[in-house]
Amino acid sequence: MRKGVAKIETGKKKKRISPMKELWQNKFLYLLALPAVAYTFIFSYCTLPYIAIAFEKFNYKTGIRSPFAGLSNFAYFFKSSWAWTVTRNTLVINVLFLIAGTVCAVLLALILNEVKAKRFLKVSQSMMLFPYFISWVIVSYMLQGILGTDTGLLNNLIVSLGGEKVNFYASPGYWYPILLILNVWKNTGYSTIIYLAAIAGIDEGIYEAAYVDGASRFKRVIYITLPLLAPTICIMVLMSVGRIFYGDFGMLYAIIRDNSTLMPLAEVIDTYVYRTFKNTGDPSLSMAIGLYQSVVGFILVFTANWIVRRKFPDGALF
Amino acid sequence: MQSIQRKIGVAESRIRRSAGEQAATFLIYFVVFLFALACIMPFVLVVIVSFSSERSITLNGYSFIPAEWSLGAYRMLFMSKSSVPRAYGVTSMATVAGTLVATLITFGAGYTLANRACRYRNGLSLYFYITMVFSAGLVPWYMVCKALGCFDNIWALIVPSLMFSPFNMFLVRNFVRDIPAELNESAKIDGAGEVRIAFSIYFPLCMPVLATIALFYAIGYWNNYFNAVMLVNNSDYYTLQMLLFKIQSEITALGNLASGAQHISNPPKESFKMATSVITMGPIVILYPFLQKYFVKGMVVGAVKG
Repeated sequence: MRKGVAKIETGKKKKRISPMKELWQNKFLYLLALPAVAYTFIFSYCTLPYIAIAFEKFNYKTGIRSPFAGLSNFAYFFKSSWAWTVTRNTLVINVLFLIAGTVCAVLLALILNEVKAKRFLKVSQSMMLFPYFISWVIVSYMLQGILGTDTGLLNNLIVSLGGEKVNFYASPGYWYPILLILNVWKNTGYSTIIYLAAIAGIDEGIYEAAYVDGASRFKRVIYITLPLLAPTICIMVLMSVGRIFYGDFGMLYAIIRDNSTLMPLAEVIDTYVYRTFKNTGDPSLSMAIGLYQSVVGFILVFTANWIVRRKFPDGALF
Repeated sequence: MQSIQRKIGVAESRIRRSAGEQAATFLIYFVVFLFALACIMPFVLVVIVSFSSERSITLNGYSFIPAEWSLGAYRMLFMSKSSVPRAYGVTSMATVAGTLVATLITFGAGYTLANRACRYRNGLSLYFYITMVFSAGLVPWYMVCKALGCFDNIWALIVPSLMFSPFNMFLVRNFVRDIPAELNESAKIDGAGEVRIAFSIYFPLCMPVLATIALFYAIGYWNNYFNAVMLVNNSDYYTLQMLLFKIQSEITALGNLASGAQHISNPPKESFKMATSVITMGPIVILYPFLQKYFVKGMVVGAVKG
């Protein structure tokens, strides 16, 4: 609908107007947008020239005009074992988060939709949403309080039940489940909102008809709610797939920090770029790794957005 | 006839099903209750431990029922040498100033992009959209911030990254676009100037979406530790999150002071961490009713309206 209107409009406006005249005519509008335009220019577009650093041997004296080094920074990265490790970790962690996050959010939405007691629903939803607003730094201390070896709640419980203490922070094997639980715990209350809204948009008449035809509650969920929810799920999953090459720096750096035992499993590209930059002090190497992420990430995000826009014209934000 | 039979069938199956349905209902409420509890209990633990004495933590570990209560951690928090009050001030200032500016900037851009009179609005949208799908990454961002002087000062906490988000701008744009354009025209006919239309008519109308994005920004500022980790070395400009992040050194320094001054052999460490967490969460708890209302709104508008 909106597209049609836009087309007619542009057709009408084929009368060419000089850019200066247009800017002058709507000077107030452009002035309003100017701060945002300038900000974006400085913090996004002005960063682009610095990409050249990836192909140089960076020196703080010469800055961006450092000696050319070809692809040596990339070669160094891709020859190290970390290239594969961080790529795999980023993908594995994100895929796990994506699957568990989506399944839990949809399930929770379906369940919450069956809760008819208004008060109960409101209170429990408030409780579920709360972790979303708390920073990962605080969550990391909370986690230490639960998993800590000497004072941790869980270890105390294990000991009181007659078990042996587990040193979680030195046992990588536990960490994918732990990260997964944390992610679900923190974000499900929030991401479920969108599915609840989609369910609320479903026509009541369909349910009534199914009810009259004798469909059970379970069948109504399976044959009505889920299929009608499918487009929303597809959009959300696609958007997440687009972001699959970007690790959650805020989460992983706050929780894993510099724990070298857990790093082989939990170091993602983002934290690795940061660590390389901080520890080696070599911006060129760090930039090369960052560029690898930006390029692959861009292709994925762009493709995902493109598919969403083609398949679900109402769902895309742009 | 047939339909009557079917109705009876339905009624019969309903009666038969009712026991099963009741069980299902119970299960549903139980699952919801459990998950809600799991979401909130860790925070209860944090609060309780912050009021526990260090001795009972050393002896019994983290516990919901401490052997001994104590305000020691909170006393340490407000000791004269403590950096917590200063960090609180720095964080509050960055949050308030940043949120105000960010919301205004975002409204300006969103309003312009939604305005039909603006012929370059699609070009501008693209200009912002590109930055959402491609970013040069950490190193160039760091160099730009440094070149601008956003380094080791309060600006480093306010300006880079946090002060504008195209995503929020598109939320505003979509909201303004859904306000009938006739409003703009009639205001013009009534003789309102452009400034007046934007700020006296549209700005108040946009309050719901502006509240939403202001809260998005505020939470972003309050919970941000990335800027401080990257751009701040001087501990005078540590935000609360950064202070928490580096709390071990603070505990050692204050712990020595506390045990020296009050002859306490066991300065609160674990409870100090938790007490700092508690006061960091404070504003979020206070603002929570608004947060919940507007975040839910923003999420729904952002997702469904398109």
